[in-house]
Amino acid sequence: MPREMMFAEGIAVAITEEMQRDPSVVFYGQNMAMTDRDPFVRKFGKDRVRITPISETAELGIAVGAAMQGLRPVVELYMAEFMLVAFDEVVNEAPRLRYMSGGQVKVPLVFKAGFGFAAGWAGQHSNCTYHAMMGIPGLRVALPSCSADAYGLMKSAIRDDNPVVYLHHYMLMLDKSPVPDGDYLVPFGVADVKRAGTDVTIVATAWMVKKSLAAAEMLAKEGISAEVVDPRTVAPLDVETIVKSVKKTGRLVLVDQAPRHASAAAVIAGEVAEHGFKYLKAPVKMVTALDTSVPYSETMERYVLPSEEKIVAAVKSVLAMQTAAV
Amino acid sequence: MPASSQLSKERLVWMYTQMCRIREFEERVKRTFVEHPGVIRGHAHLADGAEASIVGCLATRHEEDLVMPSYRCHGYPLVLGTPAGKLMAEIYQRRDGVCKGFGGSMHLADPAHHFPTASGIIGQGIAHAAGAAYAAQVKKTGQVVYSFFGDGSSKQGAFFETLNMAAVWKLPVVFVLENNGYQAYTKIDLEDANAKAGDPLSQKAKAFSIPGITVDGTDPLAVYDVVGAAAERARAGDGPSLIESKFYRMSPHGNAITVPPVPTQFQEHEAIEVYGNKAEFAAAQANDPIKKFRAKLTGNGTFTDADAKKIEDGVKAEMEEVVKFALASPLPAGEEALKYVYA
Repeated sequence: MPREMMFAEGIAVAITEEMQRDPSVVFYGQNMAMTDRDPFVRKFGKDRVRITPISETAELGIAVGAAMQGLRPVVELYMAEFMLVAFDEVVNEAPRLRYMSGGQVKVPLVFKAGFGFAAGWAGQHSNCTYHAMMGIPGLRVALPSCSADAYGLMKSAIRDDNPVVYLHHYMLMLDKSPVPDGDYLVPFGVADVKRAGTDVTIVATAWMVKKSLAAAEMLAKEGISAEVVDPRTVAPLDVETIVKSVKKTGRLVLVDQAPRHASAAAVIAGEVAEHGFKYLKAPVKMVTALDTSVPYSETMERYVLPSEEKIVAAVKSVLAMQTAAV
Repeated sequence: MPASSQLSKERLVWMYTQMCRIREFEERVKRTFVEHPGVIRGHAHLADGAEASIVGCLATRHEEDLVMPSYRCHGYPLVLGTPAGKLMAEIYQRRDGVCKGFGGSMHLADPAHHFPTASGIIGQGIAHAAGAAYAAQVKKTGQVVYSFFGDGSSKQGAFFETLNMAAVWKLPVVFVLENNGYQAYTKIDLEDANAKAGDPLSQKAKAFSIPGITVDGTDPLAVYDVVGAAAERARAGDGPSLIESKFYRMSPHGNAITVPPVPTQFQEHEAIEVYGNKAEFAAAQANDPIKKFRAKLTGNGTFTDADAKKIEDGVKAEMEEVVKFALASPLPAGEEALKYVYA
């Protein structure tokens, strides 16, 4: 029987189970493990579960050094933007050291952070930064959209021998959905078709999957069958499953919470242009955030970010178009 | 009685030999720019002048202790036992290099000899060293980690963040701040508040409530005593120390940054090239740590002039073979570049 879990619970349960399974897994970050009553401290002790100062460079750098010496650190960063303070460790240390050493070391760690907080957090705590990491060789980037993926991707992230940036969307944290029983692992680089359809392919990640599924429901009422594909990890990126879906539907709408040129959607559009052009019956359409910072006021925030209505409109526009090439 | 007074004659001779090996290796790296132009690409940073500091520190190691230096990293693995030919081959971009040609001069690594990696980004390796110490602490291995970085690194956020966290966590690490007088091309009193005020850099330790000691880095025995005590403090679970080891970098920061087709090359030391201060450089040469240690050991009867000459000739012969080996090693095939991206 699948367990019903909140998204946030899926993550916590996965970390707990992995720490039970493997004594080399450690977990630390700011404002956690503050007292002996902390559930992770109670279970695993203060060596493996620690509180840190507000020092992202040291937190991430220490994880890199510890990973090379046999630990599997999971660093709690809370906000993906805080990773930017220590971005050298994310993109220029953790994923480079194995390569530069000629394969002599490995750096198994997880940088865990929330992102995309569309609840009035304004310009510096609402961003989608995965585009800056998805092209870094040696790094993996996970973006779960449901409890099962949150759980299964965290398990895979902790067991992976490479540095993994694990980004959980704040707007999904309280959502409940089933998680398969047992030691359920979601492999990296395997997209999931969240809803099957025949008329158009919608590719989306994280919160945008939820919005795309809602849009697909609205479209279904009008007799339009949308297939929703969630890559689940943007590095590695499962281009094959996306192209396969485009081959079936002939149309592609890419939904991404990031601004257009800072989106995973732009990269996916490029891959489909190269590998799936012959299947397209209409130009690709991107539904992304507008080219602004995220504003504080709710009316403006809603205006800037992708919505179900914008996705529905984009789908209808690609269905109305016909390429000259076909 | 200082611990160094207990060092055996054999150990002292070993220390002198290692100092000579570092100097000769770096001389051969430098000569390569003239004798084999183009063989060394990118940027190479030499440890001549640091010999006494490096050897004095590493002589205090226990077998499993780890060494995590900055990009100025040729000296340490020579002492740790990495075959010198594999180091030179790496610097010469060869397949037999210690990193198979993937890293080069700035990113040497030899975990089998307790040297996990070196970061080329100033100060970041300090955090990696503390991380290795955290692993040692969690796994209760008894290891101490020796973190080496320059005076320039001590102005990086990574330095302040890491020393604070290492102090709070009581990590078994010795932070060795190698003060060689220059932050790349910049004289230290232009960029360091302590230096500008005429204070030792070791007083940065006060900010973290850990011991901070300044030592003459041209005297391997003084370094041995101070660093040895800091290492045992760390091993006992009493946390990190900051040691400022003062010496003079005998070569410029690195080879000049040239754009092809201009070949990479070494210029005069910044003291002369930038600041026109020949007297400063001459004084540093007169204070050469190798000459001083040689005089000390011949003076106290540890070895004779002839013994020392034999060691020096042996080192020269070793490095001659090292250069030959590295030059003869094949270049990696282009397609090997796709290896080691993921574990």
